[in-house]
Amino acid sequence: MAKITLENLAHSYMPNPLNEDDFALKALNHDWADGEAYALLGASGCGKSTLLNIISGLLHPSQGRILFNDRDVTMAPTTQRNIAQVFQFPVVYDTMTVRDNLAFPLRNRGADASYVRDRVQQIANMIGMESMLDRKARGLTADAKQKISLGRGMVREDVNALLFDEPLTVIDPHMKWELRTQLKSLHHEFGHTMIYVTHDQTEALTFADKVAVMHEGRVVQMGTPQELFEAPEHTFVGYFIGSPGMNVLDAKVTGNTAVIAGTQISLGKEFGTPTGKVEIGVRPEFASLQVGNEGLPITIKRVEDVGRHKIVRTDFYGTEINIIAPEGENITPEMNRVVFDTAGINVYADSWRVAPKAA
Amino acid sequence: MSLVLMGVSKVVNGQTHIHPTDLELQTGTMNVLLGPTSSGKTSLMRLMAGLDVPNSGKIIWGGRDVTGMRVQDRGVAMVYQQFINYPSMTVYENIASPMRLLKQTASQIDAAVKKAADLMKLSPFLDRKPLELSGGQQQRCALARALVKDAGLVLLDEPLANLDYKLREELRTEIPKIFEEAGSIFVYATTEPEEALLLGGNTATMWEGRITQFGKMPFVYRQPVNAVTARVFSDPPMNFLKIQKSGDRLIFGDGQAAAASGALAGLDDGDYVAGFRPNHLELDKRVQDALEFTGRLQVTEITGSETFVHLDHHGENWVGLIHGVKNLQIGASLNVYLDPRHIYIFAEDGTSVAPASYATAA
Repeated sequence: MAKITLENLAHSYMPNPLNEDDFALKALNHDWADGEAYALLGASGCGKSTLLNIISGLLHPSQGRILFNDRDVTMAPTTQRNIAQVFQFPVVYDTMTVRDNLAFPLRNRGADASYVRDRVQQIANMIGMESMLDRKARGLTADAKQKISLGRGMVREDVNALLFDEPLTVIDPHMKWELRTQLKSLHHEFGHTMIYVTHDQTEALTFADKVAVMHEGRVVQMGTPQELFEAPEHTFVGYFIGSPGMNVLDAKVTGNTAVIAGTQISLGKEFGTPTGKVEIGVRPEFASLQVGNEGLPITIKRVEDVGRHKIVRTDFYGTEINIIAPEGENITPEMNRVVFDTAGINVYADSWRVAPKAA
Repeated sequence: MSLVLMGVSKVVNGQTHIHPTDLELQTGTMNVLLGPTSSGKTSLMRLMAGLDVPNSGKIIWGGRDVTGMRVQDRGVAMVYQQFINYPSMTVYENIASPMRLLKQTASQIDAAVKKAADLMKLSPFLDRKPLELSGGQQQRCALARALVKDAGLVLLDEPLANLDYKLREELRTEIPKIFEEAGSIFVYATTEPEEALLLGGNTATMWEGRITQFGKMPFVYRQPVNAVTARVFSDPPMNFLKIQKSGDRLIFGDGQAAAASGALAGLDDGDYVAGFRPNHLELDKRVQDALEFTGRLQVTEITGSETFVHLDHHGENWVGLIHGVKNLQIGASLNVYLDPRHIYIFAEDGTSVAPASYATAA
């Protein structure tokens, strides 16, 4: 397993990039610790696949270096990087048995037959396919084939890193659960360095120790799921993570208060006097409905029962404020105010988070 | 207008894709077919559309038997998972194409295209070709084409499956609003419980070629008629536990018992299955009569605001969805609590004998 260092790394698909806009991946410095699980999360075209392809060696960056355990591999081909990859669609040999598919990467490197037998058994056990080991892969469902791909990705213990490119796309929701949980416990057990690319926030957050949220070629925040949820560094992170995303409201912030469309609320912390385009961001989970004259005046537009909770969509002078209410809560038409839990209020200046002043 | 399926079935090469099915859909409604891959969603839609002819049964539309009628003559619009547009035509022409086939006037076409483009947020892109659009915009173009057709029946087969998560979230909230305006019968197939919950309307849960339940979404979700429906309509999956009823007690193992009161009082003594959703498992004892179970913690997953706990409970895998971020010791034993009001009781064959009492209390 390896530490992966990205040093002033950037990539443009153009031969002569003129400015930052021409870069699909903008300059980036980062150390990815040995044995951690990372996710690259973002929408199509955000640069996440570009970054993954640079790490795997499918693409050589136009600028900067990439190191595996301090060894420069920037120009090294994929075969010399000692990594395992799992793609969006299953890659299995139909004419081989499940056993031979799983054993392939080991036999390819001349591993000892008894080691291969034991290791394949162990992996089959983990992916729940012991009973199918002697079947041909042909005719198996997409789920089963993708499990084989995952198993083959994990069969070698000596890889520098495991790279996953949207590996659960073809899998049914219930099976997704099972596979994700297995991946997670494998990571816990073996401590591989794992990098997982996805556009699905649930997959990214539940899988990774740290998530890199990418937007327009830039890593806008790298943090634990809790950091991304509680303190989004950029309003994009607030929007992209969470369903619905963070409520963002224009505000005038002075010290520990904010004035929003003429109504003053307390922020609970000191923020000085941020300049530029100032906004506050509050996730729907930190907003609640009340009757009275505290908080911001709203009218309820719609209540969506989505099972384990309710999403209440309200109007605040033409801006939508979303609120998440518990499953059993009774939402009444008299509710005319939204109140924010100060623990969940963030302040933004020109879309970037303003850290509160230390008390 | 309503669409009625009467004992409709479909057998292909000796394999039953759809068992005899009865279903009645009303105009102006959103109807979600929810089930895993190969549960019969697409097969059922093809029968509704007239793309396939049923082996038995009748399809009645607006009082007329349309069982043998060709798809072209039925006034049906379909949208698939893959975005299907004419690559050489502009977005405008793509949206207009079904109306040109219907020989409508230029001004009728123009008005309808502009209205649909507006709804689908495509107005700025009318002069572009589909391949110059993002995936979400391409699928909106296909949806707009289905809308202008003014079909009485619109079939959407996993239309958002190929889109990014966040785009899906936006279209999911827009789609019901758009369809409320259009007033057709909408049928929407999905494998994802979360999607069914967000779309609302009616839900038909499907399993192995059968509709296991059909009704208003919150009703099907909270009062499933059997364990299969509960499992299909639960993500993460519902947890199950074998229990016994003896006299006025329900016995859950782990030395735990609850009173067999209300709907449960009249049950015969014997073996049953208890089911409960992950979000109803708790780490704190919040009600006096909460049941306490002990399991071994296998994995935790943190979403930022919630924690999934995967528990081995005497060899059964349970999932709990706990509010807040919890840092728990993997491999250690963990106590979890369950309010008896959140427990569904099923007979051994899976038939519901009593829904969770919280679901019927409101």
